[in-house]
Amino acid sequence: MVIKLVTIVVGMFGFGFALVPLYDVFCEITGINGKTDNTAAVYESVIVDDSRTVTVEFLTRTHTGMPWKFEAQTQRIEVHPGELNTVEFYVRNPASRPIIGQAIPSVSPGTAALYLNKTECFCFNHQPLQAGEEALMPMQFYVDPQLPEDISFFTVQYTLFDVTANATETEKIAMTQR
Amino acid sequence: MSTATDTANEDLQHDHHDDHHAHHAPSGITRWLFTTNHKDIGTLYLWFAFIMFLIGGAMAMVIRAELFQPGLQIVDPNFFNQMTTVHGLIMVFGAVMPAFTGLANWLVPMMIGAPDMALPRMNNWSFWILPFAFLILIGSLFLPGGGPNFGWTFYAPLSTTYSNDSTALFVFSVHIMGISSIMGAINVIVTIFNMRAPGMTWMKMPLFVWTWLITAFLLIAVMPVLAGAVTMVLTDKFFGTSFFDAAGGGDPVLFQHIFWFFGHPEVYIMILPAFGIISHIIPTFSRKKLFGYASMVYATASIALLSFIVWAHHMFTTGMPVGAELFFMFATMLISVPTGVKVFNWVATMWRGSMTFEVPMLFALAFIILFTIGGFSGLMLAITPVDFQYHDTYFVVAHFHYVLVTGAIFSIMAAVYYWLPKWTGKMFDVTLAKWHFWCSLISVNLLFFPMHFVGLAGMPRRIPDYSLQFADFNKWISIGGFAFGLSQLIFLAVLIKASRKQGEPVDDRVWEGAEGLEWEIPSPAPYHTFDTPPVVK
Repeated sequence: MVIKLVTIVVGMFGFGFALVPLYDVFCEITGINGKTDNTAAVYESVIVDDSRTVTVEFLTRTHTGMPWKFEAQTQRIEVHPGELNTVEFYVRNPASRPIIGQAIPSVSPGTAALYLNKTECFCFNHQPLQAGEEALMPMQFYVDPQLPEDISFFTVQYTLFDVTANATETEKIAMTQR
Repeated sequence: MSTATDTANEDLQHDHHDDHHAHHAPSGITRWLFTTNHKDIGTLYLWFAFIMFLIGGAMAMVIRAELFQPGLQIVDPNFFNQMTTVHGLIMVFGAVMPAFTGLANWLVPMMIGAPDMALPRMNNWSFWILPFAFLILIGSLFLPGGGPNFGWTFYAPLSTTYSNDSTALFVFSVHIMGISSIMGAINVIVTIFNMRAPGMTWMKMPLFVWTWLITAFLLIAVMPVLAGAVTMVLTDKFFGTSFFDAAGGGDPVLFQHIFWFFGHPEVYIMILPAFGIISHIIPTFSRKKLFGYASMVYATASIALLSFIVWAHHMFTTGMPVGAELFFMFATMLISVPTGVKVFNWVATMWRGSMTFEVPMLFALAFIILFTIGGFSGLMLAITPVDFQYHDTYFVVAHFHYVLVTGAIFSIMAAVYYWLPKWTGKMFDVTLAKWHFWCSLISVNLLFFPMHFVGLAGMPRRIPDYSLQFADFNKWISIGGFAFGLSQLIFLAVLIKASRKQGEPVDDRVWEGAEGLEWEIPSPAPYHTFDTPPVVK
């Protein structure tokens, strides 16, 4: 009896941690969290739907403690579902030390996140910048023609985090050698 | 515990009964340190809970003193935040939960006819690690930078990115509290499953035993999830993991899901034993059998099951999809059905009973009325669209203090007054106890009722300052707070007199209408009871 009860306790402790991947899977399937797929989509044989246009708005912000300047070159774009588009984001590191940034996207309304397919995105990787360096970071995407009819406008917000402290050793070495 | 040669029956038992055993009980401090007796451990738990109640209450006095008038005058905001945080943690984990565990220790073996708890040594451990948990927590307040200041709900990133290093101490103290309650819960379950007297079938068990059994299952299901949550906070803060950090692929909203998956069953952990207590007291002083015993058992079980599927009603404003908000809203409202069954059963028990109003009954009646007020404000909060207005205001504070102070704590006071004569063998000072009741009743409503109004008017919780238009109400709230705090000193006086065994001796049954095995043993209850199990017909 005691052993059985202790097993329940250990099991529930494990369940607490199992909630972490379960939460991600649940949000990925239902798309209710505005999280986009973090891997590159493949663009092939997609039929462009010229009959509708969707407005996509890009917002940028930097997280507390992240000194970079971060702006969307294109703040608002009208696209046909299925059409491949590229937008660019400007970043500059005004600090006197090299910093590694990581952008995290969030789509609103959340259900649109399931239909935003990115074939290339700066948010897939850590982005290193030397002191004073600036760069244009591209993002190539298409909107899935399956996007529900009632969504004609959605917003993609990127938040830029300073992840220098979490960077791997090879990233740090690569940055000092550049 | 009992030996084969020990043939003493109940009538022969007296204070020196333990002399019949091969060993002598240790005396002085070691009696309490090494005790494995369920009555000693119950007493330890209850005194510990009362001391924590006074310490947590003193912190509430600091909060109310600061909020007596608008502006910042007594403490700085960071210390104010530490007071709200530690007040909540102490009251939940240090006062209400240990008090219920103490009552379970005293009463469960006596009610089911068992000689002791099933695992007496573990019982000793589960109590004695508790003071260390609270020494660590309270001690952290005196460190440079102060103690935890992120609210008792320790939402990430407040508890990860923005907290100070004493968070590690907070995490370890919560771990110890969790281990203590899990051990206590395992003990209760094993005792109830294996040590019931012959003839005590499941549906003959007293309701306090039933509600505690279900509570114990809730505890072993959700306390480990809390342990997991604080462990994730610890590793996020100190070891570079990103469970709740978006930069590393985590999600701060995930914290709230994990926390409230623990947190909502936790609120039923703090109220189900109260339902059991009230179901003993109301029939006694109405001199009638409890109306709807079986429906009480099923209602308790349904509340426990429903408590696992309503957690996100604490998170309506996090941007959930409408479908999820509706689900959690309706599931939450569904809980009012079994709760209503209980309230109506108590009312039906009193209907045409020959009621008298001794002190335990006064507290039980206050419980029914005031807990129901707290239940109604809970229903208001369950409605998603209005929750957007009420979220994080004093209306929420009013709600959970009505269910926890006039609910859980009033039930504990009712229980103490009800069973205290059985424990000490003497009637407590009834005059003082009535003073305690009436002072508490009036001041607690002055304290918490106006919070509904300032909450609806938009005063946010956990802020040390407020707009001028809330000044009058807050003055009255603070006066009610100080009066309620002082009223508890009357309770302390009653308890000190009772522990010195002052008062009129009582007979075995104590109250005229009391039913149950615990009223058939002598008063005061002998150190060892039911060495030979009674037979329940």
